[in-house]
Amino acid sequence: MSDTWIEVCAADEIDEEDVIRFDHAGRTFAIYRSPEDTYHATDGLCTHEKIHLADGLVMDHIIECPKHNGRFDYKTGEAKGAPVCVDLRTYPVKVEGGTVFIGL
Amino acid sequence: MADFVIVGAGECGARAAFALREKGFDGTITLIGSETHLPYERPPLSKEALVAGAGPKLVADAERYAAAGIAVLSGRTVLEIDRAGRRVRLGDGTALPYDKLLLATGARPRTLPGMACGGRIAALRSHDDATRIRAHLVEGSHVAILGGGFIGLELAASARKLGASVTLVEGLPRVLSRGVPAEIAAIVASRHAAEGVEVLCGAKVAGIEERPGEVRLTLEDGRVVSASLLVVGIGAVPNTELAEAAGLAVDNGIAVDGLLRTSDPDILAAGDCTSYPLPLYGDRRVRLESWRNAQEQGQLAAANMLGGGEAHCAVPWFWSDQYDMTLQIAGLADGAATTVRRDLGEGAFLLFHLDAEGRLIAASGIGKGNAVARDIRLAEMLIAARRHPDPAALAAPETKLKTLLAA
Repeated sequence: MSDTWIEVCAADEIDEEDVIRFDHAGRTFAIYRSPEDTYHATDGLCTHEKIHLADGLVMDHIIECPKHNGRFDYKTGEAKGAPVCVDLRTYPVKVEGGTVFIGL
Repeated sequence: MADFVIVGAGECGARAAFALREKGFDGTITLIGSETHLPYERPPLSKEALVAGAGPKLVADAERYAAAGIAVLSGRTVLEIDRAGRRVRLGDGTALPYDKLLLATGARPRTLPGMACGGRIAALRSHDDATRIRAHLVEGSHVAILGGGFIGLELAASARKLGASVTLVEGLPRVLSRGVPAEIAAIVASRHAAEGVEVLCGAKVAGIEERPGEVRLTLEDGRVVSASLLVVGIGAVPNTELAEAAGLAVDNGIAVDGLLRTSDPDILAAGDCTSYPLPLYGDRRVRLESWRNAQEQGQLAAANMLGGGEAHCAVPWFWSDQYDMTLQIAGLADGAATTVRRDLGEGAFLLFHLDAEGRLIAASGIGKGNAVARDIRLAEMLIAARRHPDPAALAAPETKLKTLLAA
């Protein structure tokens, strides 16, 4: 499904259980590091009001929108209840040689 | 099959209706609202929707109500609750039976004594109010805003974006005196001044007069403000009349217990119209007018209409967007003995409010965009967990708040 692997950042630039913003080719993404030290990527903007999720809080495998507390499972993109009802798109991620890549 | 009726089709009523279905309720759900629009979100009315002139941001579209089997009766008023007969009577004479009734009647803008809205005097609560106000906010027009609370200030910011000039009149010595620390209010006020808003604090109104082409405010010190529109933003009054007429207990809002039950166990109430005990603050009774409270209580009411027995134990939470700044507040800061400041860079900062025993009871912050959101959310969790965090750690930006939560 992914055509190209795009370099995001060094793996240690994202804290455990945290998220950063990544912009590429006019698009914006959120890149996550889970408490189990796995990496994940979703679209950057919340499906409710287009707020950037990288300002939100990561708790376990949930990202919470900083504005209206809409919650998603960032591993699957699943919307976890009001006010969000549209799932978040996810993207494949790989870590090679200490660098995180997103598959677009 | 059970019949559930919800009176009030705002954020709270609509969320409750959907939550009933999500929780598996298979009876009838009727959602009754006096506005002609489907339920919509009110926060954008003073902000982006006002600037853009957009249509209402619906909680859900008509298809979703249909799919969930929720009957929405728009543009209808409820005249009476017949508790003995367990039915509500509508303005058109229809009577609807209920097994459980939820009152989510909301609040309405407080008005000036003896002065109704209309003509050149407006208040902001509904989408139609926003549309009416927007018609006056054009390049070169002058709008006067009475009240330096969230609504008045957000409206001032939106009016500036549309090119109108603004005079904001606040009777108290500073803006946002209800619930927002002075340190944060001062930043808000100076930003408005920098954006060209004339902010008049400690300004008491002596008289208001509508004349052809203008509305004129005379202040007690003799100053006169002439504007093409006056928007009154001096708070809200809970819609309790229906409950009162039905003999339900009312105490600064429809009085409910921790399970959102009124004095009649088959009638619940939620959202802006209710007053309820806050366990985190010694069961002190409060009424909160906020989007998140409406949403959370709507969902909780749904659970409890189904016999869930779940108590409300949330931390009050508010936000406001003005220009490119957002301020957020979690908890209730009155009763704070000490305040600790944490600077986040680029002008953003947080204030942590601790009581005499060192318990964190509130946190507030302001910054560009969502700079303070994550930390306020973590502070909210610390407040909910009744933590006594080390003030030095709270003040140190290099200490992640998440580590305090784990501690």
